[in-house]
Amino acid sequence: MKELLSLRGLIALFLLVVIGVGIFSAVGKIPFGQPDSEVGSAYLEDGRQETGAANTVTSVVVGYRALDTLGEVAVLFIAATGLSTILATSKKRIDRKLEDASLVLKTGCRVFFPMILLFGAYLFIHGHLTPGGGFQGGAVIGSAFLLTYLGCSGRRVSRTASRSLESLSGFGFVFLGLIGLMVGESYFLSNFLPKGELYSLLSAGIFPLIYILIGLKVGAEFAGVIDSMIEESR
Amino acid sequence: MIIIATVTVFFMLGAALSVFFFKDLMNAVVASSLVSLTATVLFYLLQAPDVAMAEAAIGVALVTGIFVVAIRRTERYEK
Amino acid sequence: MSFLSSYIYYIGAFGLIIIGLLVILLKRNLIKVIIGINLLDTGVNLFLISTGYLKGGTAPIFSPGYGAVPSAMVDPVPQGLVLTAIVIGASVLALALSLGIKVYDHYGTLDLDKVRGQRW
Repeated sequence: MKELLSLRGLIALFLLVVIGVGIFSAVGKIPFGQPDSEVGSAYLEDGRQETGAANTVTSVVVGYRALDTLGEVAVLFIAATGLSTILATSKKRIDRKLEDASLVLKTGCRVFFPMILLFGAYLFIHGHLTPGGGFQGGAVIGSAFLLTYLGCSGRRVSRTASRSLESLSGFGFVFLGLIGLMVGESYFLSNFLPKGELYSLLSAGIFPLIYILIGLKVGAEFAGVIDSMIEESR
Repeated sequence: MIIIATVTVFFMLGAALSVFFFKDLMNAVVASSLVSLTATVLFYLLQAPDVAMAEAAIGVALVTGIFVVAIRRTERYEK
Repeated sequence: MSFLSSYIYYIGAFGLIIIGLLVILLKRNLIKVIIGINLLDTGVNLFLISTGYLKGGTAPIFSPGYGAVPSAMVDPVPQGLVLTAIVIGASVLALALSLGIKVYDHYGTLDLDKVRGQRW
């Protein structure tokens, strides 16, 4: 509370009022509940026939806007690399006395780890049919590794395995895009495989492949981030 | 539906405001994960199940875990 | 009631943005500032999703045997945008926390007033 009454607090409150009025008068006039985007309705109308994916969000993320997704995956890679580089330089190591995890956590991390991995794999394999996809599945896999680090503190992710899985799946993403440049409609990341039957697992061309690659990459990346945060920064 | 949304929004804003007042950083982190949890409910009510799933996995579990590790590494109380 | 039903999501999103900015501007503890960035991030995502909402619409996912028409679905473009933004936000947050850990190693404190060059 005392922060509010200093000179700095008054300046900050003034800035907040200016920012709030500015934002609200600019975008508060957008009517709620009536989206007016022709791009969105065009994707909804034609998406099923053009891409073969039942989930339109998937066809936006890995179909129409796949190049953006490649850029975002690159940002993820740079952030994870920067984090492990920053934390690897710390020389100071405090050897804390670690308490053992409770029985519930110790048992839970053994029992639930494969199930959470399986759920994550289900999410990114079925990304073109049901809600879910590579990013969600990767995050679920990362949370499985977080559970392992909390409960079974002896186990670690192999650094080379996570690094090489991450690099290989990123390379696979670009490679699929380059194949699309060579065959089919000849643009980067074009959907060159047959579309298949709607609502079946083997449909939507390269979308399941790309989402599997993204899922492996995001999962390996988050596992590496958790490993760096817990083990390097001890 | 609108009643659930209203209650959720005010709960979310209350949790976000309590971040400002907590001196214990661990409490602040738990409050921010509550904000993510209620935002998940709002995303679901706004018919965005994909986004709700991502927010539930990342905002509630992973980000909270990373914050807790960083707090254990530095210091817990705000002076 | 009609005001609430049309603006409650905007109130939530703007409230989160304002509270996040409040925490960023007023707090001096570095980890608390990063929590404020997290709140701001969630607020922006909530705002983007609520601009794409169609009243009475369904999720943009087709399923067999369930007669959903494309004109009664919410806009999928903001959802695709926010989906990646959440993942990026989490990884950038982890990067910011690692920088905070290095600041704590170097200066022995998280108070921004005591860190050289950060006082205002």
